[in-house]
Amino acid sequence: MGFKEVFKRFMAERLAFISFIYLVLLVIVAIFAPYIAPYDPNKQDLAHVLADPSFSHLMGTDNLGRDIFSRLLMGTRAALQASLFAILIPVLIGIPIGIIAGYLGGLIDDIFMRIVDAIMSIPAILLCLGITAALGVSLWNAMIAIGITSIPQFARLARGQTLQVRTEAYVESAKISGAGSIWIMLKHIIPNISPPVLVQASLNISFAVLVEVSLSFLGMGAQSPDISWGSLIQQAYTMINMKPWMIIYPGVAVSLTIMAGNFVGDGLRVAVDPKLKNKS
Amino acid sequence: MFFKYLLRRLVFVIPTLLITTFVVFSFILLIPGDPVLTLLGENATPEKIAQLREQLGLDQPIIVQYGHWLLNVLQGDLGRSLFTGQSVFEAVTSRLGVTIQLVVVATVISVVSGILLAIVSVYFRNSWIDYFARFISILGASLPNFWIGMLLVVVFSLHLGLVPATGFTSITENPGSFFKSVILPALSMGAIGMAVVTRHLRSSLIEVMEAEFIRTAFSKGATRRRAIFHHGLRNAMLPVVTTIGIGFGNAVGGTVVIETIFAIPGTGQLAVNSILQRDFTMLQGVVLVLIVMVIVINFITDIMYALLDPRIEY
Repeated sequence: MGFKEVFKRFMAERLAFISFIYLVLLVIVAIFAPYIAPYDPNKQDLAHVLADPSFSHLMGTDNLGRDIFSRLLMGTRAALQASLFAILIPVLIGIPIGIIAGYLGGLIDDIFMRIVDAIMSIPAILLCLGITAALGVSLWNAMIAIGITSIPQFARLARGQTLQVRTEAYVESAKISGAGSIWIMLKHIIPNISPPVLVQASLNISFAVLVEVSLSFLGMGAQSPDISWGSLIQQAYTMINMKPWMIIYPGVAVSLTIMAGNFVGDGLRVAVDPKLKNKS
Repeated sequence: MFFKYLLRRLVFVIPTLLITTFVVFSFILLIPGDPVLTLLGENATPEKIAQLREQLGLDQPIIVQYGHWLLNVLQGDLGRSLFTGQSVFEAVTSRLGVTIQLVVVATVISVVSGILLAIVSVYFRNSWIDYFARFISILGASLPNFWIGMLLVVVFSLHLGLVPATGFTSITENPGSFFKSVILPALSMGAIGMAVVTRHLRSSLIEVMEAEFIRTAFSKGATRRRAIFHHGLRNAMLPVVTTIGIGFGNAVGGTVVIETIFAIPGTGQLAVNSILQRDFTMLQGVVLVLIVMVIVINFITDIMYALLDPRIEY
């Protein structure tokens, strides 16, 4: 299956494509946030606290007179970093573990599957909380926790795909012609497990953003002066009696991003495996 | 025969329990710094350090330490809070009732509303009703639970004044106030489970509806309603049993954030507080109890699945 073909089918999934564009825009915003933001996101202006939205402050100001729009733009950085970690850590650690377990099979595979299933039975947010608590409360550690929590899922996925590919005729023939295990894994197995991994990776964006925001909301992620959408929601919540609309902006930003990650994942799934289309 | 099957499943649960409890146990090992130094201070003599280390069993291999810990846990001894000195077991069990009430209501909400949405969505497949049902399910999967909670508080507590924004009344105390205090948090916690249940059941219903026996039913003159309710659902419901476990697990995870914003004195709030106070024994205890609860529920739904599915042989 060619890359071009998959891309074409992905483009045809309208929601997925729009979501993809949205995520790309988000990445651009995250990179250039300090230049795009109309104000210094941490600059207090006590003469203009809790201002309603206006042309000078598009989304108003918070209880310390900080520009909410600028803070929202800066918040994309924490979300993006969390997503990166939530993909890189499990891809670099989980996938090799899964491939090796699936390729070797036998007792190693059994033990591996027991461990993965056990860890996956723990609600993800609890696992993240535990790891973050142990490593120490910070945005950095929260991201590591999110990455570690995703390892079992990727490992399991890689193992399942490896089991399938392992029995294919071309792998058998590669073995017969004397190819080594590592060669087979690199040359045949990794390219074949890439599509489902791609799907899982984009779904993981949603997971990462959700957990990062939840942890930051609880005060266990981003610490001031770092800004996260989660801490923005938390700050807005303390003002809920006076300015209930303040919770809208960061909440919508989070929700749209999670939705976009899910749509891209679903779109990719269909693009990779068109048979699934009829089932949705 | 069934008993044998039950035993076999139990044998599978034990490694799961061992591994997850080991993960919970090892949280402590991740903490940077030497716990003995933290307890004794930087000026402690090497003899004293060695003595305390031996006393705490820290000089032994991790697996032995884990064994000791597990034996204590099995006797209901989860240690004492590093912060208040209170028994962790007592602290957790005294708050567990609140969390269980909350989680059960949230699970019921997610399973019932998920099933309804899925049926409506398949019955009116590809009409605007279907799209609306799917939209609701997408919202449930995408909006963070605590944000849903806040929106509900703004509308139903601050604006309409129908229910309190915070606090909790136990069902044994006053069922009316219980319902009022539990509905918003349970709705916010149940949203994600609802989305998962809808998605699962919808696709399994669609799959069933395309099966041969449904076509036969249609050709014998069955109406669309009869085909769905009488033939389809019965065969599509099986995967839903599994989703009860999913809904429950999601709800348990949700308690952490939701109990915090609704100021509900349950185990989720206890977990958050113990992290902020660096009370690791307490955190260990809470997480342990919650995880065991999730595993037990998953085990029960597995068994239910086997009981309901005539194709599974014991």
